[in-house]
Amino acid sequence: MSQILKELRYTKTHEWVRIDGDIATVGITDFAQEQLSDIVYVDLGSIGKKVKQGDAFGTIEAVKAVSDLYAPVSGEIISINDDLKTTPDLVNKEPYGKGWMVKIKISDQAELGNLLDAKGYEELIGKTTH
Amino acid sequence: MPFTPHTTEDKKAMLKAIGVASFRELLNTIPESVQFKGKLNLPKPISELEVKRLLTRIASNNRSLTEYISFLGGGAYDHYIPSVINHIISRSEFYTAYTPYQAEVSQGTLQAIYEYQSLICELFAMDVSNASMYDGASALAEACHMARDLTSRNKILIAETIHPYYTKVVRTYTEGLKIPIQLVKSTDGIVDLNELEKLIDDSVAAVLIQHPNFFGVLEPVGELEKIVHKQGALLVACVDPISLGILTPPGEYNADIAVGEGQCLGLPSSLGGPFLGIFTCKKEFIRRMPGRLAARTTDTEGKTGYVLALQTREQHIRRGKATSNICTNEALCALAAAVYLSVMGKQGIKEVAKQCLAKSHYLASAISQIKGFGLAFSKPFFKEFVVKTPVPSAQIIQAALKKRILAGIDLANFDGFKPDWQSNQGGYLLIAVTEKRTRKEMDKLIRLLKTWEQ
Repeated sequence: MSQILKELRYTKTHEWVRIDGDIATVGITDFAQEQLSDIVYVDLGSIGKKVKQGDAFGTIEAVKAVSDLYAPVSGEIISINDDLKTTPDLVNKEPYGKGWMVKIKISDQAELGNLLDAKGYEELIGKTTH
Repeated sequence: MPFTPHTTEDKKAMLKAIGVASFRELLNTIPESVQFKGKLNLPKPISELEVKRLLTRIASNNRSLTEYISFLGGGAYDHYIPSVINHIISRSEFYTAYTPYQAEVSQGTLQAIYEYQSLICELFAMDVSNASMYDGASALAEACHMARDLTSRNKILIAETIHPYYTKVVRTYTEGLKIPIQLVKSTDGIVDLNELEKLIDDSVAAVLIQHPNFFGVLEPVGELEKIVHKQGALLVACVDPISLGILTPPGEYNADIAVGEGQCLGLPSSLGGPFLGIFTCKKEFIRRMPGRLAARTTDTEGKTGYVLALQTREQHIRRGKATSNICTNEALCALAAAVYLSVMGKQGIKEVAKQCLAKSHYLASAISQIKGFGLAFSKPFFKEFVVKTPVPSAQIIQAALKKRILAGIDLANFDGFKPDWQSNQGGYLLIAVTEKRTRKEMDKLIRLLKTWEQ
């Protein structure tokens, strides 16, 4: 059973978001990393890039598949997890911890309403897996 | 090559096996309206002997560089091809091999590609070389897609001094993606730096230059690099690999992507190719590089082995997002280049380059002393230069042909860029001199040109 953390928000595209004031830390969920299996490369774009909610901000490459990473909120990318350049498997090992990907400075708090809570996300992946 | 046609009996047996009465019946699923019912407009069959005679007669219209003295350049050059190259690339192990997907059965081909990449990296002083592409022009065009993806910017600036055909290929490749292309004007045969300063801004993904350029002239690469990088754009350099025997390699003037036409490295300058596209870049851009990459590794028993280490995944599984659709390389041509570079070695390449430089300057200086003729540009050049002619160049080229000399390329043939010489009464001739040209051969051309001395 995939781990879902209560305090986080989620997207339908399997990103998680930790909100801290106007900063959103973003990663992919435990469920997503399980589905992708061995992650070999993560491309997170560059600091300073402006993204819109739902836009692809990077790509994640596993042995068997490549997926886009979608921005859960609009804003500016202010920080990138550089450790993933050399150790992308952190996403497999600690998807909610050291496997975080980017921090986005939120430009529109109202958009947070579009995100799923833990319960909503649990329902979503319940549907996906059944 | 044996050709074994099937007999009437074979055909009957096959039709019977699949359960149709005739070949016509096989075609029933094709709508009547699009079926061709008439007789094909083909000549009557002829015997093998007759075919050979016919083809020999047609082939005799070809002219070979063994019978002509060639001063042709513009991307394809008459450099010497050491005999060992054809010997090695004609080996059936290489000659018949196709793209090496399976490392288990392709160690030789993979190693050859790996060696090619290593040699090219060393020659270009770049971090990474891919396994090769179709030709220099398409490699340059691929660089545009890559630069656009890397920078998230859209516009491409192309130096007017790039081979006009290369620019055409770039336009073709970038048309579908609606990439805006703008030419940067030139002065005295090189990129006009003021023009570049004016055109470049933060919407420009890359600036494309050729060095030595289409006119053979050396670009001010150091200054160009500063202007391009100041605006956060990428510098894409298209170079002549032979020139790197004496010129600063692109890696040393901080080119982000460097490409080139590899024909000069042991491949014949046949009409239409096959040519060899060299593609190199900085290591940080490797994930956006088109094509594939062979690499050396160790197997489970610790033995050295070669594999295809990287190919842009998008080409296979996310094609909608691909920045390139090349899923192959020019393995045999790359092998020829690898053999050429290893046969010549560091000293050999330097020697070839030095001879090209010395001989082209001998000829240029002699021609500029003929009254009515002159060099079009005052800037330094490598092995190719533009001569102003007192009469249309086509006239000179025709006269030279009769003396078995290929005098050069008539620049009047190139539209799409309009240097101010169009108003000139005479013409402009692009002349290339390789290490193969002897003093006697060059003097023959000089004597001929004197016919038009004013």
